[in-house]
Amino acid sequence: MAQSSASNVAPIHTGGVLPAGSVAPNFTLHVTPDQTLTLGDLRGRPVILAFYPADWSPVCGDQMALYNEILPEFRKFGAELLGVSVDGAWCHDAFAQNRHLHFPLLADFEPKGAVARQYGAYRAADGFCERALFVVDKEGMIAWSYCSPVAVNPGADGILQALEDLPK
Amino acid sequence: MATLKVPVTAEDHAQGPESADVTLVEYGDYECPHCGHAYRVVQQVQKRFGKRLRFVFRNFPLNEMHPNAEAAAEVAEFAGAQGKFWEMHDRLFENQERLGEALFLDLGEELKLSTIALRQALEQGTFEARVRADFKGGVRSGVNGTPTFVINGHRHDGSFDFETLVSAIHEAMGTAKSA
Repeated sequence: MAQSSASNVAPIHTGGVLPAGSVAPNFTLHVTPDQTLTLGDLRGRPVILAFYPADWSPVCGDQMALYNEILPEFRKFGAELLGVSVDGAWCHDAFAQNRHLHFPLLADFEPKGAVARQYGAYRAADGFCERALFVVDKEGMIAWSYCSPVAVNPGADGILQALEDLPK
Repeated sequence: MATLKVPVTAEDHAQGPESADVTLVEYGDYECPHCGHAYRVVQQVQKRFGKRLRFVFRNFPLNEMHPNAEAAAEVAEFAGAQGKFWEMHDRLFENQERLGEALFLDLGEELKLSTIALRQALEQGTFEARVRADFKGGVRSGVNGTPTFVINGHRHDGSFDFETLVSAIHEAMGTAKSA
């Protein structure tokens, strides 16, 4: 069924998260209230996109806290980690400070969930992102993707395996 | 189902015989209150199974959340290098709310370890690599938080109250025997 509420957002990917081999849709999102980040600017190194439902909910906290601890391992691959949810930049700011996060959280806030929709990682009925992971290679192609049940912390082993499997 | 990617070896800190029917591995953090609770539960579980159970503890300090977790893990490893891992492990959990250098030195003294060497090991990060190796192995084995238990190589996704752990271990014993 068509979702009229999403008519201002295109293209929308339906039927699961974008698979490996797809071009990672480019985007520009707020990373702080007055700064934006563009995915294309990170071309040349791997990027981990971690979509998650919401700041502050206990499971997300666990997942983001875990990634925060594992950050040095991701950086060994030269990879950049970006968290993405529909929370606003001010909310992200407070959350990141509270949890001492050392990686950026992007606000997929306006139009709400527009980037998540392009990646097939939006739960329209709930109004928030899936718990979906993407590893984007240095050419901007999706090398690996995974969508976890929303209540389950997907951990980091899949991400590390995908980074290891990237061509050198 | 997540499985243990780093097999248990003689390098591990283990209680109970290698020939035990079931090996229970815990990935834990000395500053994590849930691990503090699990510490008591594991003791009961060990009492229940006796020599049929081998228990292994590996480090998974969440340093951003728990500022004393890494040092505590290194203190336990320091004691372990002198054959007193479990004595230190137990005392760290029993004094979880007082973690910090003063406690580490007190416990070192109590266990008749050189506090000079202990302080030096912490300053030089002598056991940092070992703790980090545990952590990395945990991440690859699907450890997403603490405590995480692994029973005969398979991550235990249920809760870690006494009854649930006992029944999961019983189940693993059944599988081990029929295999």
